[in-house]
Amino acid sequence: MSRKITRRKFMAGTAAGAAAATFRFPAPAIAQAAPFKLGLLTVKTGPLAQGGIQMEQGIVTFLKEKNYTFAGRKVEFISADTGGNPAGTKTKAQELIERDKVDTIVGPLAAFELLAITDYIAQQKTPCLSLAAAEDMTQRRPNPYFLRASATSSQAMHPMADFAAKELKLKRIITISEDFAFGYEQMGGFQQTFEDNGGRIVNKLWPPIVTPDYTPYLAQIQDVDGVCQGFAGSNPLRFLKQYAAAGLKYPVVTGETGGDDALLRSFGDEAIGLYSCCPYTLDLDTPSNKRFVAAMNKEYSVDPGFYCAGLYVNGMVVEAGLQKTGGKSDDKAELMKAMKAVTLTDTPRGPIKFDHLGNVIGDFYVRHLEKANGKLINKTVKTYHNVSQFWTYDEKKFLEQPVYSRNYPPLKS
Amino acid sequence: MTIRFLALVVAFAALATVPYWMPGVYYINVASQILFYAIFALGLNVLVGYAGLVSLGHAGLFGVAAYAAGYMLQLGFGHPLAILVALVIGVASMAIYAALSLRSTGIGFIMITLALGEILWGLAYRWISLTGGDNGLSLKSRPELFGFSMSDVNTFYYASLVIFMLSLAAMTVFVRSPLGAALMGTRDQPRRMNALGYHVWAIRFYACLFSGLLTSISAILFVYYTQFISPQTLALTASAEVLLMVISGGAGTLLGPIVGATLVVVVKTVVSGFIERWNFLLGAIFVAIVILMPEGLVPGTARLWRLAWRQRERGASVTPGSAEAKP
Repeated sequence: MSRKITRRKFMAGTAAGAAAATFRFPAPAIAQAAPFKLGLLTVKTGPLAQGGIQMEQGIVTFLKEKNYTFAGRKVEFISADTGGNPAGTKTKAQELIERDKVDTIVGPLAAFELLAITDYIAQQKTPCLSLAAAEDMTQRRPNPYFLRASATSSQAMHPMADFAAKELKLKRIITISEDFAFGYEQMGGFQQTFEDNGGRIVNKLWPPIVTPDYTPYLAQIQDVDGVCQGFAGSNPLRFLKQYAAAGLKYPVVTGETGGDDALLRSFGDEAIGLYSCCPYTLDLDTPSNKRFVAAMNKEYSVDPGFYCAGLYVNGMVVEAGLQKTGGKSDDKAELMKAMKAVTLTDTPRGPIKFDHLGNVIGDFYVRHLEKANGKLINKTVKTYHNVSQFWTYDEKKFLEQPVYSRNYPPLKS
Repeated sequence: MTIRFLALVVAFAALATVPYWMPGVYYINVASQILFYAIFALGLNVLVGYAGLVSLGHAGLFGVAAYAAGYMLQLGFGHPLAILVALVIGVASMAIYAALSLRSTGIGFIMITLALGEILWGLAYRWISLTGGDNGLSLKSRPELFGFSMSDVNTFYYASLVIFMLSLAAMTVFVRSPLGAALMGTRDQPRRMNALGYHVWAIRFYACLFSGLLTSISAILFVYYTQFISPQTLALTASAEVLLMVISGGAGTLLGPIVGATLVVVVKTVVSGFIERWNFLLGAIFVAIVILMPEGLVPGTARLWRLAWRQRERGASVTPGSAEAKP
């Protein structure tokens, strides 16, 4: 009888082996007085995975630094992959809350993921600290169980527009950003502040999220002083490359996703000169940022960006909140109240506190992309202190106007 | 026949008691998801399995029904009316789909349904006043059913189960009906059916409507389950996913789509908690299915079972000592 390995046997073996190799058993819970359970909703598969994996690195770095102990309580960390779609996020949020009984959720990444679970987390009374920038989550549709220590979509664009108008003295700008809510809200914020300072938005371009070739859009950029781009993910890389290749020389300004420090290793010289405004900057000279960057360099050999730092700061907020309640997390309303009242003076992104809607008030950094010692760096040129989501506008008036959208504010003819 | 009957009874008993033996609320929710995705897969199977028409745009239909329900509720209409309108709009959209895509079969049909699905996705994305764009629509509540609130996990599960059983029964009746037989005829021998006097186009059209009805039912369950609907639900990947459920389970069988839906949902929700590269695992499983059981899990397993059974019988009938006599 021959012992020939048939194709079928081979395939079955390979599949089984692959399955076994990827199988990661969940770490057994350490038998000890109830640990604090921290759940992470992030995206580890699909097009958003890069940011999602950086999020996990950020929170894990913080947990390691604290030796997985917050306010004397052991922290059990559970990470869940939403797959980057709303239905998946709902299921994974249920998994974390109903099965794993987490005390607090950090994440998710994208606005549509957060919007899919916002009613659910309020109903389940589980605090949620997300990076998702959807404005209305802390504006017109606030959720009492939601905190955002990063920024709303437009929070970095208001100061960027202020800088572009006052310091760069730009007058006419074209905006270009992906055709989805985050893009609209970013560009809307930029337009409002820029035009309030005497500038003028000439045109707004909205390429689809997946646009292999920006040429048709680049061709429309002419007769202006500058360009404001609001791209996210890996799109800023391709956009700036094609922008330079098209011979365009207008200065470019952008927000946190368009000039993130984590993109620096992928940018080429074409990105030199880019101005970006970000709630986190790699070169911030504070003890906690030094510690954070050193840990990231050591553990993952990368310079952290906005996603990592965002989750690291979220971890700090959770820890500080837990310290306020004396390590107690049974009463979620109390825990939430404590976290909302957290004021931190030293985080990797500078001092932070929260407004009554649960959004951060913190520093925003305008950086200029330069080359130093053969390496691209974002050099901070101006810091805007204590920026709120309403910028300098009156909160009531701001909330009365509709949320920034594709057509709001309208173009002035 | 008796074994089959016994298995069905056991399966039904297991399904009916899920809330009692599942280890937690989360898994009951997963079971609910399996049920409504199974209905979706059953709906697609009407076309893929029994009519031989592969649709890559079913997520678009699914989305239309889900958005219709969500939008009606947002306008302040009650649940019964919202559900009814969603069903009507879902089936009506399928009728339009069918009218456009039944002009061809094979690749042509795939491409037309694909295009229609993408159009609906684009509408969901861009018609912001109606759909909320990519911020989606949220549903405030689930309906009450005979005094039971569907917000309760068990109630929702049982409601899904009842609807699932009804859908499965409807499917069984449909397949065994003359219309079902005629539909399979149009799949295998459309010309001959035509020559025999059957109206091939009409038969296919009715099948499409039935498929649209099941799809709409599952979409309504889905939208009540997630209480949220956004354009991602209509994306091409969602259409492909449900098609994979049908094909992996076994197209043209009653149980195949259910097994396929179970496989996909379990890997996507439960297994992904343990395995980081769950996409890879799902891919590997599909490759394995294609190589080992190209007809799908259910018919494939049945084939292997019969093979093993026959060999055992043959082994039993061969008297000892006569083995060498075999060629």
